[in-house]
Amino acid sequence: MTAIATGRLSTLAAAFVIARRDFTAILFSRSFFFFLLGPLFPLLIGGLAGGIGKEVQSSAARPELGVAMAPADTQAMLAAYRQLEPQLRGALPVLVTVRELQPGEAFDPAAAVQDKRLNLAAVLTGTPDRPMLTGPAERIEQWRGPVALLAAEARRGTATSYPQVGMTPLALATTADSARSRMLTAQLGQTVLFLLTMLLAGMVLSNLVEEKGNKIIEVLAAAIPMDAVFLGKLFAMLGVSLVGITVWAGAGGAIWFAAGNSLGQFPAPAVGWPLFFVLGTAYFAMGYLLLGSLFLAIGSMATTVREVQTLSMPVTMLQLLNFFFASWAMARPGSLAELAAIAVPFSSPFTMLARAAQDDALLPHALALAWQVVCVAIFVKVGATLFRRWVMKSGPARGDSGRKGWLARLRSRPAVR
Amino acid sequence: MKLGEWQMAGNGAGGETARPLAIEARGLVKRFDGFTAVDGVDITVPQGAIYGILGPNGAGKTTTLRMLLGIIDPDEGVRRVLGHERPHEISHLIGYLPEERGLYPAMKAYEAIGFLGALRGLPLEEGRRRGKILLEEHGLGYAIDRQIRQLSKGMAQQVQLLGTLVHEPRLVVFDEPFSGLDALNQGKLERMMRGLAEKGTTVIFSTHVIAHAERLCDEVAIIAGGKVPFAGPVDVARGRIPAQVRLETRAGDGPWRRALPADARHEGNYWHFSLPESGIEPLLRALIEGEAGILSLSIERAGLHDAFVAIAGEAAARALAEDKEEGR
Repeated sequence: MTAIATGRLSTLAAAFVIARRDFTAILFSRSFFFFLLGPLFPLLIGGLAGGIGKEVQSSAARPELGVAMAPADTQAMLAAYRQLEPQLRGALPVLVTVRELQPGEAFDPAAAVQDKRLNLAAVLTGTPDRPMLTGPAERIEQWRGPVALLAAEARRGTATSYPQVGMTPLALATTADSARSRMLTAQLGQTVLFLLTMLLAGMVLSNLVEEKGNKIIEVLAAAIPMDAVFLGKLFAMLGVSLVGITVWAGAGGAIWFAAGNSLGQFPAPAVGWPLFFVLGTAYFAMGYLLLGSLFLAIGSMATTVREVQTLSMPVTMLQLLNFFFASWAMARPGSLAELAAIAVPFSSPFTMLARAAQDDALLPHALALAWQVVCVAIFVKVGATLFRRWVMKSGPARGDSGRKGWLARLRSRPAVR
Repeated sequence: MKLGEWQMAGNGAGGETARPLAIEARGLVKRFDGFTAVDGVDITVPQGAIYGILGPNGAGKTTTLRMLLGIIDPDEGVRRVLGHERPHEISHLIGYLPEERGLYPAMKAYEAIGFLGALRGLPLEEGRRRGKILLEEHGLGYAIDRQIRQLSKGMAQQVQLLGTLVHEPRLVVFDEPFSGLDALNQGKLERMMRGLAEKGTTVIFSTHVIAHAERLCDEVAIIAGGKVPFAGPVDVARGRIPAQVRLETRAGDGPWRRALPADARHEGNYWHFSLPESGIEPLLRALIEGEAGILSLSIERAGLHDAFVAIAGEAAARALAEDKEEGR
């Protein structure tokens, strides 16, 4: 056998060995295909639900006002409707002829409103000079003005010529409009970041179940430091997540742009779209590493899928709390609440992405990212220490009080051989 | 005594080890939630030796090995492996086959060997190349491209064994390596262990099957109740138990009976008793002078199994007595 000298692996090199194995094992597994397809299912369901909802809404839309007047008056009212509708764009009720009344003919408008076959919201009787609305109080109050307008137009008899109004659209929005629009972009960015972090960081909870189930953890622990196992697993899952996001964004973007849409339809974030995406990626990585290190440490306690499921509930609640805190702080830019949300490591990425949509200053992002890097380093270190202790039941010698503490009780005593 | 002094002093159990030590550990203690699994274990293993760690189930063998390998840290005591106090610093010189075997089921056999090598610092591609060669050499060439999940338990075990050795370690630690292997493969593994030792590799293995240790080991440590009541050469362990004498006489009774030791017992035509400390000659003389009419006499040296049972049994009885004492 060729003599190739082996050398001691540094922690990073050992982490790379683990990350490479995990990354390729996940990427080339059949389940990864379903992982990539996963987000399509909610989109599909959302699209179907939206389509059905739209159909239902359109069929129930535009309540109708029945007209029951003398034939001439009815025609005059309909002519007035056709004249005014293009000017008022949907502000008028839709007029339908219920009956053209002959002189002396009796008609009960209340019965017409209640007639389920007619499906009318109200009924208009009388003449254009003295129109009479019959229907639910709220509805006829709402239609009183538009009906007066229609009656006045019908009474006039001749078509009014409306002047053409010139328009000069401005690219600039008012300050109020701009702030409101950017708030929407901030909210959208924050929600997407939260969903991605929740969907992807949660996966690391079950990351060690395979190793524990297969007893591979013993082989890993004998060969390399547990810190390296921790780092390797964390960065492998980050890599897998970024691959997933790239595929989803690529596929989603292609469909979006192919459908003739553009980013211009959304209010542009304050820092501009390109930088917004760059910051989004950086904040995702930070959020992922922060939560991931916590979840990986917690997940190291679990030995079965059932235990992972039990642990995932409080973890999801924790993530939701972070999201709500960041959302709450987003609506208070420059306040102490926003500063607190930026300082708290778990809500910091969400809050800062919202800020990127609302404020074009870049220095706060540099400072926030530096702070988040420090927090990531601390969390990864603490997480790795807990991970080592929980996974292999190891660590420096502790006193009796320490051994009887909550950390010790978290795990049952391993079998001794 | 500090670490390192043993190397100069020899094993302290009658051995003549002037060889450098692969492992020296002193006063290792490990507790789990108040339960003391290992209680002051001292072990020295000379380089190039085949060293057995013997003990009944639950004695603390695996915990001791895990401490020596750095998988867990001792609560007390010191260890030095190949001259290093932190075993992970020289993990590329160590191979370890745990009792509970574990491989990734989706990996192919040669990939699994390559991965185990990569964990020990061997470049992945080189490890995979060596993996293919090793599998061919050990009659597993047909399994090279098979996934671990497609292999039988015994075959997967052999793959892991090859992965343990792929980086050509200087120290190999096997935890219960013979469990799960059939007789043929047990013999194969014994030959492999001897081959490693001949090349200068130190081999340590734990077992509760004494026959393997008796055939393979230069030295053994017997662990019982988390303590090491004996550590040293196999011959010294055997010497702890006096040789057994089996005597057949023509005369049923006579003055010669006074020459028999107090523990002599009569079963069938034979008398059985421990060889007296004064040796066989005075006994023979007394039997002849007492007209015993010796028909046959044999002296059987104690086996390692007898020594193990006696030493481990004594230790267990002592631990029980200590527990009672503490409980009083």
